[in-house]
Amino acid sequence: MFGNVTLSHFLSLGAILFALSVIGIFLNRRNLIVLLMAIELMLLAVNLNFIAFSHYLGDMDGQVFVFFILTVAAAEAAIGLAILVVLFRNRASINVQELDSLKG
Amino acid sequence: MNSTTALFYVFSAVLLGAAFGVITARSTVHAALYLVLAFFSAACVWMLLKAEFLAIALVLVYVGAVMVLFLFVVMMLDINTDSLRPNFWRHFPLAGLVGALIALEMTLVLRGGFDLGVAKAPTAAELSLGNTKLLGIEIYTQYLYPLQLAAVLLLVAIIAAIALTLRERKDSHHLDPAQQMRAKKADRVRLVKMAPTRAPAPPPPPPTATPDAAATEKR
Repeated sequence: MFGNVTLSHFLSLGAILFALSVIGIFLNRRNLIVLLMAIELMLLAVNLNFIAFSHYLGDMDGQVFVFFILTVAAAEAAIGLAILVVLFRNRASINVQELDSLKG
Repeated sequence: MNSTTALFYVFSAVLLGAAFGVITARSTVHAALYLVLAFFSAACVWMLLKAEFLAIALVLVYVGAVMVLFLFVVMMLDINTDSLRPNFWRHFPLAGLVGALIALEMTLVLRGGFDLGVAKAPTAAELSLGNTKLLGIEIYTQYLYPLQLAAVLLLVAIIAAIALTLRERKDSHHLDPAQQMRAKKADRVRLVKMAPTRAPAPPPPPPTATPDAAATEKR
């Protein structure tokens, strides 16, 4: 069990990290900021898988893809937080359950 | 058990512990700080995978920029965390079941199919160039247009974030040139049609001072 680190070790780590962030989304269903953080963790798990495959298959393309995912994730975090700030200005709350003004 | 394996287990343990801290921390600031720790240990794991450039980029971009942005927002907003906490663990049985299933299924599939023990040996050319240079060559030749698109995406993100949060000061004397250009003559000047001469006003009535009033004033 404690032999060399194989590809499946890294993939399992990514899977556990992803599952933890899914649990986080279930638990923090009211707090919008922690929801955003859980999404960042999910992206991190996916990036870990990409890099593990890239290393073990000897293919650089996986790392290039991670580069682009990092770009998109940074843009997503910036816009998400901007929307959050505007939301807090208008409603004075980040509770997801109070954001029901569009509810039919 | 060589040193790489030991380091892998240490970094993985720290990473998973920090991720657990992110999703269960009572205060949002603590969650953000745990996320910093998670990103840092993930960067260490990426170092083990010999992806040095991306590991450093993760530390610079995420720990240095994105997490500072998160911390700014968390501290700028006056969040009442206690109102977001009731029934925090209520959905934990379902969430734990779903999470355990996800991890178990993925691990089962990955254990069977991808048991690559040894990485493909890098060629001599790759060894002499190093990870950063290889990545740069790949990005700037084969992925040049996607790189431009990513740059445009970041620009759009900057503009969107600024446009969303921009708030004009109420006491500012700034004038919007576009609004000035749009002003029409009719908004400023009102022309009134009038007769050229005015009819003479009726003469004021002569003062009719009563002798009683004059008498009281004298006294």
